Amino acid sequence: MRLKTFIALCLLPLAAVVGAFFVLPMLRLIVVGGTGNLGLSAYAAILLEPRFRATLINTLVLALATTVASLAISTVAGLFLQRNRFPGRALLVAMLTFPLAFPGVVVGFMIILLAGRQGLIGHITTLMTGDKWVFAYSIQGLFLGYLYFSIPRVILTVMAAVEKLDPHLEEAARALGASPWGVHRDVILPALKPAFVASGAIAFATAMGAFGTAFTLATNIDVLPMLIYTEFTLSANIAMAAALSVGLGLVAWAALALARSFSGGTVAAAG
Amino acid sequence: MQNRLIFATQLIFTLIVAAFLIVPALLSMLAGVTVNYFQGIRSGVTLQWVMQVWSLYADTIARSFVIALFALAVTLIVGVPAAYALHLRGGKLARIVEEVITLPLAIPGLAIALGLLLTYGGFGDFRRSFLFILVGHVVFTLPFMVRSVMAVFSAIDVKTLDESAASLGASPWRRFRNVIVPNAKPGILAGALMVVTLSLGEFNLTWMLATPMTKTLPVGLADSYASMRLEVASAYTLVFFIMIIPLLVAMQLFADSGQGTQRQGTRQ
Repeated sequence: MRLKTFIALCLLPLAAVVGAFFVLPMLRLIVVGGTGNLGLSAYAAILLEPRFRATLINTLVLALATTVASLAISTVAGLFLQRNRFPGRALLVAMLTFPLAFPGVVVGFMIILLAGRQGLIGHITTLMTGDKWVFAYSIQGLFLGYLYFSIPRVILTVMAAVEKLDPHLEEAARALGASPWGVHRDVILPALKPAFVASGAIAFATAMGAFGTAFTLATNIDVLPMLIYTEFTLSANIAMAAALSVGLGLVAWAALALARSFSGGTVAAAG
Repeated sequence: MQNRLIFATQLIFTLIVAAFLIVPALLSMLAGVTVNYFQGIRSGVTLQWVMQVWSLYADTIARSFVIALFALAVTLIVGVPAAYALHLRGGKLARIVEEVITLPLAIPGLAIALGLLLTYGGFGDFRRSFLFILVGHVVFTLPFMVRSVMAVFSAIDVKTLDESAASLGASPWRRFRNVIVPNAKPGILAGALMVVTLSLGEFNLTWMLATPMTKTLPVGLADSYASMRLEVASAYTLVFFIMIIPLLVAMQLFADSGQGTQRQGTRQ
């Protein structure tokens, strides 16, 4: 057998599986999205129909807030953990990356335990102020859930990037008289920019499309994945659900593709 | 003095973040074995909730393992040869193929599930079997296997190995079996751990693809969060943690040992 034939044979199962169960369904989704009652204008309705537009904006704002907050938190913690050696550090790193593989539903449950009706935060605030704080089922709860989801990922990326920084640059800056804050602003943070872009895009795309957390928490929160789900199952508005899914997929994909063209590496969201 | 203050502030901040992530997980483990969570651990420790979960949801746990192992088998059979072929062939076509197969990482699971439903929902027997879920899991986990194996290939000059085996007269299939696969082992193992872990926890696709007869563990979890008392939901989550934590630890150990050799150059 010639090598060329062998390579083709190696690729055959991949082509069959991906073609049949990914490419074809995606094309079908795009077609169905454009052939409902509204026709192709179902795609325009995502932006024009006030209810859909409001949900889209809601989701975008939530995803952006998640991205900014998880970048800020993870950078402080990641820099600290990578720059200091102290007893218990390995345990702390393990704790911060432990939730990495939690599915969205479990993250939702974690938020219920924190801020739900029997939650820890409610318990503490009752003791302290007499007022019981319950916000798991609101947009704040969802924000907390997406933070929970994103922090481990972003911290890992930031720590890996900090480790690769050239310490000589900082020494040079310090020797030239830069203050600690100046070193951070002019040397460290700019050097971490590719890591910020890559992990920020992952946080953003994940927060846009995360269904599990929203499903557990969102009894009445308008976010895009929940809208798609209710359009599909409750309203049986299949064409609109398909159009919205295509829109959501495009936004998530564009965020990751953009990040990749900036940072060069491979970037992926997680469910 | 000022340095100590900065250190302490950063440490406290990091501890708070860690607490945010760990405390709810610990709470859920605790609640799963507490007689009455509202009254607290004083009410006593019990395994009754875990037993109840077992009697209600044992089938979802078994099904999740079956699907994860099937997904592993399919991603190995499809992914490893494909990674080899894509690496050897290179060029524009290989890049496009790689791009397409990694798309499921960017596109939300909900959209992929809808596409699968719209395309294959009419095939009743397929739709009702666990194979429908398996298909979704394979699409979602395949890129992890392919990329993990490709990463090894680009680290170990596989072309030279392959060519030397070829110059000794080995057929492509023999080279693949005796030279390529053994050399790709670290990547295959890392990919396998990822595939199993992700499949066990997959919800976004599975919720749409599952039927009442083909519930997986995460689907059952969502069910219990919505309809069961907190203790039962917690006990179920505890079972999930027990399943997933060994995999996470294995992945961590594996990553540490793998990166340990790569990192030596950069750490002083």
